[in-house]
Amino acid sequence: MQFLLDFTKILLATCRDVLPIIILITAFQLLVLRQPIPHLRRLVVGGVYVVIGLALFLAGLEKALFPLGRIMAAQLSDPIFIYGTDAVVSQADWKAYGWVYLFAAMIGFATTIAEPSLIAVAYKAHEVSAGTISQWGLRITVAVGVAFGISLGTYRIVSGTPLYLYILVGYLIVIVQTIFTPKSIIPLAYDSGGVTTSTVTVPLVAALGLGLAATVPGRNPALDGFGLIAFASLFPIIAVMGYAQFMHWLVIRKTKIMEKSHAL
Amino acid sequence: MITSIILKKLRDAFTDLLPIILVIAFFQIFVLKQPLPQMGEVLFGALLVVTGLTLFVQGLEMGLFPIGETMAHALARKGSLFWLLCFAFALGFSTTVAEPALIAVAQEAADIASQGGFIDSSQEAVRQYAFGLRMSVAFSVGLAILIGVMRIIRGWPIHYLIIGGYVVVMLMTIIAPQEIVGIAYDAGGVTTSTITVPLVAALGVGLASTIHGRSPLLDGFGLIAFASLLPMIFVMGYGLIIFA
Repeated sequence: MQFLLDFTKILLATCRDVLPIIILITAFQLLVLRQPIPHLRRLVVGGVYVVIGLALFLAGLEKALFPLGRIMAAQLSDPIFIYGTDAVVSQADWKAYGWVYLFAAMIGFATTIAEPSLIAVAYKAHEVSAGTISQWGLRITVAVGVAFGISLGTYRIVSGTPLYLYILVGYLIVIVQTIFTPKSIIPLAYDSGGVTTSTVTVPLVAALGLGLAATVPGRNPALDGFGLIAFASLFPIIAVMGYAQFMHWLVIRKTKIMEKSHAL
Repeated sequence: MITSIILKKLRDAFTDLLPIILVIAFFQIFVLKQPLPQMGEVLFGALLVVTGLTLFVQGLEMGLFPIGETMAHALARKGSLFWLLCFAFALGFSTTVAEPALIAVAQEAADIASQGGFIDSSQEAVRQYAFGLRMSVAFSVGLAILIGVMRIIRGWPIHYLIIGGYVVVMLMTIIAPQEIVGIAYDAGGVTTSTITVPLVAALGVGLASTIHGRSPLLDGFGLIAFASLLPMIFVMGYGLIIFA
């Protein structure tokens, strides 16, 4: 009963959230393009699906993804699990949190490798680069990039170092890479940062960071808990450009060797 | 017919979730060696997430994506810059407002901020903070898509704009209150997931293929990059207004 009541509330809020899109489409179609809306029936049915689906997703989020991230963070950074005894620890020792880093890396890798939008980006990168970039190679590179990013992000939370320093260094790397990367891959690489963080990953990873900041001694969730998603969207950019540069270099080296053997 | 489509979608959504389940199961069984608390609740929630996401994506593919693509094409062909830019802004804004991940994370950020004592702990204040975050993000994504469309039309090189954006992010970080910096950096990645990416990509590629001398593969991309950069700047701006 309580669940039904909550669900109705979420459903109403969802209707309000979807309203702007409906207004946008109707207004542009009728006022600017001055055409009747094609396949109106399909659109209405689709809209109902969207609203119900979104409401179910948000309800499930509250029950599954958020608690899951929090519970895992709490269990993995539990002082009894980490230090063995129930001694009072006032300052966190970053070396003791190995399992946290590993968990973060595995979650990052596992969610990215199967991400549908990454598969689409990899396919397009293969086309843009005229075949020098292999789809699987790119997907694995990006997944490793995300895994490393989230893992580094959890290290940052545990150690309490300021977030902007990491992001600043990341930006500098991106800028330097931009100078040397084949120009055709740049827009795609920049986009890949946004597409790797999916609807399921974001809440789970956000809850992991917040949960970690809540249990690690000396950390404040409101100040230290965020930033994991920022890492997860910065490292794919570096990974894609790095991979493109590497493949480019391989091709150049190969042609040079070919030329040499021809000359002989 | 319909059931087979829905079953296929359900399987797709489950495949998305499977890696997460495997990683968590591995850690619970081999590392932590203890059962997951509230197991029933979590499983029920996961079921809701899978069903909800399936319905959501199915609904988008049935209605929103086809009409979004047709409209992007129609507007690009119409040739009116003003309406095209209006559409770009409205598309970015409205799709971000309804983004599930953003709704969830804004709420969570508001709860955390109220527990941390940065904002008033009344329900009204929390609601307003979450709403303000979402609005700043949605507004900035709208603006980002507008700039991205201008870029495609004018043919500006993307890296100058992005690097300029990075510099602004760093400058904003210096003056922004530290309570907002973390969530602001995260806002960039949160905005672009289920609804925004396919619609915005359709707009970019559609536009690049109608304008003479633009290649859809090269110029069609880059919209998402702006949409993940500008929210950082605007959320920090929002923090300046409410915390400073």
